[in-house]
Amino acid sequence: MDTMRDRFISTTTRLLDEDPRLALVLAEISRDGFAPALERHPDRAINVGIREQLLIGTGAGLALTGIRPIVHTFSAFLVERPFEQVKLDLGHQGAGAVLVGAGASYDWPAGGFTHMAPGDVALLDTLDGWTVHVPGHPDEAEALLRSASAGDDRVYLRLSLQSNAAARPSAAAGAGFTTVREGARGPVVVAVGPVLDDVLAATEGLDATVLYAATVRPFDARGLRAAVGDGGRAADVVLVEPYLAGTSTAAANDALSDVPHRVLGLGVARRELRRYGRMEEHIAAHGLDARSLRSSITAFARPS
Amino acid sequence: MTTTELTPAAARRDLRRLMALMTGAEKHGPAATSTLDALWVLYDRVLRVTPETAEAPGRDRFLLSKGHGPMAYYAVLAAKGFVPEEWLPGFGSYASPLGHHPDRTLVPGVEIGSGSLGHGLPLAVGTALGLRAQGLTDPRVWVLVGDAELDEGSNHEAIAFAGGTGLDTLHVLVVDNSSASHARPGGIAARFEAAGWSVETVDGRDHAALHAAYTAPHPGRPLAVVARVEPKNA
Repeated sequence: MDTMRDRFISTTTRLLDEDPRLALVLAEISRDGFAPALERHPDRAINVGIREQLLIGTGAGLALTGIRPIVHTFSAFLVERPFEQVKLDLGHQGAGAVLVGAGASYDWPAGGFTHMAPGDVALLDTLDGWTVHVPGHPDEAEALLRSASAGDDRVYLRLSLQSNAAARPSAAAGAGFTTVREGARGPVVVAVGPVLDDVLAATEGLDATVLYAATVRPFDARGLRAAVGDGGRAADVVLVEPYLAGTSTAAANDALSDVPHRVLGLGVARRELRRYGRMEEHIAAHGLDARSLRSSITAFARPS
Repeated sequence: MTTTELTPAAARRDLRRLMALMTGAEKHGPAATSTLDALWVLYDRVLRVTPETAEAPGRDRFLLSKGHGPMAYYAVLAAKGFVPEEWLPGFGSYASPLGHHPDRTLVPGVEIGSGSLGHGLPLAVGTALGLRAQGLTDPRVWVLVGDAELDEGSNHEAIAFAGGTGLDTLHVLVVDNSSASHARPGGIAARFEAAGWSVETVDGRDHAALHAAYTAPHPGRPLAVVARVEPKNA
């Protein structure tokens, strides 16, 4: 199977051929993969070099002329490094763009913390009007990229090497939370993007409802409300996110503001791990492997 | 916009009257008016944009990157009919669209919201590229920065890229009132020249010199015009 990043490169290359409104802006990262696009569309496929502030400013300037920019580098350099450009050049100007990040929270653990961006979604949460897609499969990434490139708004597409075995059609369509497994009185477990397979394994045989979404902003408050239902007792909600733990806890609390509830936010720890190794080792270290998730979820859920 | 019925002296008097509507003062320190002549000559004789064409795809773009002290900018926009003169007295008040830094979503004819330094030039690079990508090779993109604003690293990214790629529809107007804390070795012009730009350095109060610099040919290179005015703290 190709990776989300491979799919991003092949899909964007095709989209540039098909849609004259689209442009691609790079800052060296993925340059080799995009070599044919850079060659074929010198006016619309632009590599600004290792200049991330210019990367965002250029994308925003393109948008001000009516072009739809797809702007790409590692998430750490796309969202965190030029954050004020994201805030002002796009948000304050009222300009749109599709920011496509690679690297996610621990795609390249051997590269160390400099190339990890577990705080990206939390950072974007300080801004207004961003749609955040966290696909769980390359097919979902492609579908979300295609719909985002046809729009005008501000979209962040968070690509990862972590992937579920199969794509979910509802996620590819950009829907909010959809029910993947129905429980009776147990907790509602929300799985965002590529953590779904581990969440399903972790909740095997438990009385738990599992919701899935690859689009986490806007937060599907209505979907969460519907899933917790009215069981006559406090709702237990577990959020499992492949980035900073607790990123969506406030959104879940807001969604349930008039319903008695408890929320457990699972995700990547804020404390820097300072380990290299493999992605699977980092997933386990942050308690996001199936065995750790099961332990956290059963400890949190009350006996029914 | 190519002509004016006002003589330079009359235009200057009118602009100072418009600025006084915002500040309540007939006189301004040099810093407050440092951009006034450079802006006026640009809007009066160079930029091809009018209130009627402020949204037209083929218009010239002017991006005020140095959003601090925008009274001269607002005065020029009022003189050219982009905003009503009646807006000026409310400058900075809650109900006014005219802030101490401009907001593109509130003011007709304003291409970017600015105030935080170092954003206009990268946005201008993207704007020039976006116009070119759509086959709009005629419009020119101008961006005004301050000399101290050039300290921002984002500007260095844009200067290096635009020079290296020969982005010749891009024009930077540097209003130099000697406000940078640390002198730049070789001066501002040397910075642009080293990056492959065409550079003109002129007296920022001399309308004829400004016009000549603005219209100097610069085939295959972006153009930087350094307009020197009185030092900020003189």
